[in-house]
Amino acid sequence: MRLLEYQGKELFNQFGIKTPKSMLAQNIEDARAAVQNLGYPFVLKSQLTVGGRGKAGAIQKCKDSDELETKFAELLNKEVKGELPRGILLEKMVEIVKEIYLSIFLNRSKRCFSIIASSEGGVDIEQTDNKLILDITIDGISEELAYEIATKLGIPKDSHENFKSLLINLFRLIVGKEAELAEINPLAIISDGSLLALDAKVIIDDNALFRHKDLLKYLYLTDLEKQASDNGFSFVELDGNIAIIGNGAGLVMSTLDMVTDANGTAGSFLDFGGRATSETIYEAIKVISRLPKIQAILVNLFGGIVRTDLVALGILEAYKNNILRVPVFARISGAQSEKAKELLQGSEARLFDTVEEAINAAVLKVKSDR
Amino acid sequence: MSTQFDIFKVLIGNGTDADYEKKPVIIQGITGSFGSTHTRLMRSYGTNVAAGVTPGKGGSHFESIPVFDSMNEAIESTGSNISGIFVPAPFFYNAAKEALDSGIKLLVAIPEHVPIIDSIKIFEYAEKKGARMIGPNTPGVIIPDTMKVGIMPAQPFKKGNTVVFSRSGTLMYEVSFHLSNSGYGQRLGLGIGGDPINGTNLIDSFDLIRERDDVDSVVVVGEIGGDAEEMLADYLIRTNFSKPVVAYIAGRSAPKEKRMGHAGAIVYGNYGSADSKINNYSKANVPVAKSPREVPLLLRTLLRK
Repeated sequence: MRLLEYQGKELFNQFGIKTPKSMLAQNIEDARAAVQNLGYPFVLKSQLTVGGRGKAGAIQKCKDSDELETKFAELLNKEVKGELPRGILLEKMVEIVKEIYLSIFLNRSKRCFSIIASSEGGVDIEQTDNKLILDITIDGISEELAYEIATKLGIPKDSHENFKSLLINLFRLIVGKEAELAEINPLAIISDGSLLALDAKVIIDDNALFRHKDLLKYLYLTDLEKQASDNGFSFVELDGNIAIIGNGAGLVMSTLDMVTDANGTAGSFLDFGGRATSETIYEAIKVISRLPKIQAILVNLFGGIVRTDLVALGILEAYKNNILRVPVFARISGAQSEKAKELLQGSEARLFDTVEEAINAAVLKVKSDR
Repeated sequence: MSTQFDIFKVLIGNGTDADYEKKPVIIQGITGSFGSTHTRLMRSYGTNVAAGVTPGKGGSHFESIPVFDSMNEAIESTGSNISGIFVPAPFFYNAAKEALDSGIKLLVAIPEHVPIIDSIKIFEYAEKKGARMIGPNTPGVIIPDTMKVGIMPAQPFKKGNTVVFSRSGTLMYEVSFHLSNSGYGQRLGLGIGGDPINGTNLIDSFDLIRERDDVDSVVVVGEIGGDAEEMLADYLIRTNFSKPVVAYIAGRSAPKEKRMGHAGAIVYGNYGSADSKINNYSKANVPVAKSPREVPLLLRTLLRK
C-alpha cells in the first residue's frame, strides 16, 4: 500500500520526524478555513499515489486568496497519469539551506534493508550516480554509521545530531510500521539547523497490515477492488476489453502477455489463487460483470486438482442468473474435461485444449464486435 | 550464503543410505485442511512424511502419521531435518523459528502473505544456524518421480535431466508440463517463491545444480519485479556458468506500479521491468521464451548446439 504524502507525514510525525506546517483540504471550504491557521503564502500539493507530480503541474505556489480559488479548483480536478487527487495538502514554505535525499528501502536481492542517501535533494534517484547505498541488518542503525553518512553528505556539523536522530527514527518507522520504503525527497536543512521532510513516500507491506490496525484507515480500494479482495482475489483493472481470469499470478500475467501478443487488449487481471471451484469462478465472474467495457472473458486454469466440470457449472450458473452476458473462452487443464465440454454445449462458453486457441478465439470475437 | 548446501543429499540422501529416497519429512500444520490435503498427496507421490506438528494435538495421529506438540519431539522421534511449513502466514514466524531452533536444516515455507520482516528475520536466522529456507510463498520442491515437499500437482513433472526454477507456482507447472511433453524431464523443480524475499533466490538455486553431472540444462521462470533476473544474468557471466539456460518472464505487458498478484511482481520506473530483465539475459546469452510453449523449443535449439 502506497501512502499519500500527508499520510506518510503523519507517520513521520509519530516517529519524531518533523515536517513543515500543513493542512489537508478536500474542498475549497476546507482550504479557506485552513488559510486562517496557515496564512499566505504556501504550496498546494495534490495527494496522489503516482510519481511525477511536480512535472505534471500538480504542485503549485499560492500567494493570495485569488490564487487559492483558481489553483485549488484546478488541482482538485487535475488527473495525473489517470489518477485524480484524494485531497490537496496546503503546506508552508520554508527557508532551505541545503536539500538532500534520504530513503530506506527493501533491498530484495540482498534480502535486507538498505539506506540510500545523496547530497542532491529533489532529484530522481534512479538517474543520479551521486549516491551512497548502505546495507543494514534488521537490528538497526548505529550512531557511528549515521554520523558517517552525515559527513559524507556534507551536512553542516551543527545538524549532525539532528540527522542521526532522524535516520534512526526513519528506521524505527520501517520496522515499527513494516514499510518496504520510506523516502524523504527532499529532506531540507533549514536555517536553525533542524531538518524537515518536505515530501514523504511510504510503502507499507500489505501482508503485515493484520498487525497494524491503525494503518487500515489509509487503505483505499475502489468498490470493485474491495469486492475482489473480500473474495481473496488479486485484481487489477486494465484498459482493454478482454477480462483474464486464472489461478496463479504468474499464469494470469503470462496469459495477459499472450493476449497482448495476439493483438488483443486485456481489460482486467484476476487471480483467484489456489482453489478453482464453482463458487470461485462464479464470484470472479461477478466481479468482472461490473466492468461494462468487457466483451469477452478468457479463463486459463492449470493444476492437477482443478475439477473442470465444477468450473463449467459455475460458468453456467452465472449465465443462468444473468450475471454473465459476454462469451467465455476457456482453457482448463484438469480432471473431467470431457464432461465439462458436454456441460457447456449450447452455452456461450467454449472450452479449448490450448490457451493459444482460446486467446485467438477471444480476440477474433472482440474484433468482430466492432 | 554457503554454496556447500547439497539439496539432493538433504532431500534424498546417498545411494548407500538405508533411507535413500525415503528421508523423513515433518509437516508443520499437518492437521489443518491445507496441510492434511497435501500430506496425503505428498505421501502418495513417495515422500516419507514421518511426523506432523500441531500444538495441542500431540499424541494423536493423522492417517497413521504421529502428530506432536513441538518440533523438538517430532525431530527426536524421526531424526528428520526437513520441514514443510503449512501454517497460515501470521503463524509462520513462530513455526519457522521453532523449526530452526530444533535443528531443521531445510525449511520449505509454503504460506503466501508472510510479512517481509518475518521473512528477513527467518532468513537471517537460518543463515546463522547453517540452515536453508525455500520460499515463502512457494509451491515447494520436487524431485520428479521420487518425492516432493510442497503443493505442486504430480502430473506436469517427469524425471529427466533439466531443472526448473520458478518465481511462480502455476507457471512452474505449466512450463514443466510443456517440457515433459517435449521429452525434457526434470531432475529438480524448485519454486523460489513469489515474494520480494526468497530464502533461496535464483543465484542460490543455480549454485545447487551447477556441479551436477545429472543436470544438463536449466529453465528459469521469472516475472516482473525486483532484480533477481538481472542479478542472475550477472552471475551467469561472472561465474562462466556452462549449462544451457532458457528463461521465461511473465508480465511484459503489465502496467507499472501495479502489484500483479504476487507481492513481488511490481515495477517501479525501470526497476523490475521486463525490458531490463530481457536486456540483461541477452548479455548473458540466455534466450527468453515468449510463451510457456516456446520454452522446450528454445531448449532444443540450445541442446543441439
